[in-house]
Amino acid sequence: MSVLIQEVDFDLAAELLALRAGNSRVGAMVSFVGLVRDFSHDETIESIYLEYYPSMTEKALNKIIDEATTRWNLINVRVIHRIGQLIASDQIVLVATTALHRGEAFAGCEFIIDYLKTAAPFWKKEQTKVGSEWLETRASDVKRMEHWHNDTTRK
Amino acid sequence: MKIKLVYFGRPREHLKVSSETADVPAEASTLAALLGWLRLRGDVWAQELADSRVRCAINQEFASLPAAIKDNDEVAIFSPISGG
Repeated sequence: MSVLIQEVDFDLAAELLALRAGNSRVGAMVSFVGLVRDFSHDETIESIYLEYYPSMTEKALNKIIDEATTRWNLINVRVIHRIGQLIASDQIVLVATTALHRGEAFAGCEFIIDYLKTAAPFWKKEQTKVGSEWLETRASDVKRMEHWHNDTTRK
Repeated sequence: MKIKLVYFGRPREHLKVSSETADVPAEASTLAALLGWLRLRGDVWAQELADSRVRCAINQEFASLPAAIKDNDEVAIFSPISGG
């Protein structure tokens, strides 16, 4: 289980290889990669800027991972979140999980990214031709997070 | 009481401060009262720190406006989070 917050890009293949290295019980590996879109409200995004709260952000991410590993039998988890200046098509975030079977790997990965969106302190500012704007938590992200509270079929 | 204040997101940019140590009067003993006291600085402080615009954490845990603060706490003030 590990969390990394960094400015530099990550290599998806290398991360996945490392996540399952040395454990032949792993039967499923799921990864989610979030990317920078080049549009928002019909404006072209020139770049985004991300900042975080050193120490609190890592703590919040570890808490989310703890919760996920309590719900599902995950063998390993990797979360990488980038900060600083990013441009369209850049990778922003990686969530990867390994488990014995795909059901747990899928659910754990989805849970972690859904909670990250609403419970991990990151702030994102979009730069367009007309100016810059700090984004706020999306209502649709809050809904996705809340559905996990009532999800009895997947715990 | 001495409170370490840290700012992130929109308030950090607009207030042009990322951290400070403030000597906060004892009566400002909740987050709501602390924000009220900071708004007395006027202008951009009064606008940026409206209750509806900011979220807070105490000692690196999210906290709501009625939460109590005490000497030597680290209080973070920020715009709603937007990661991922």
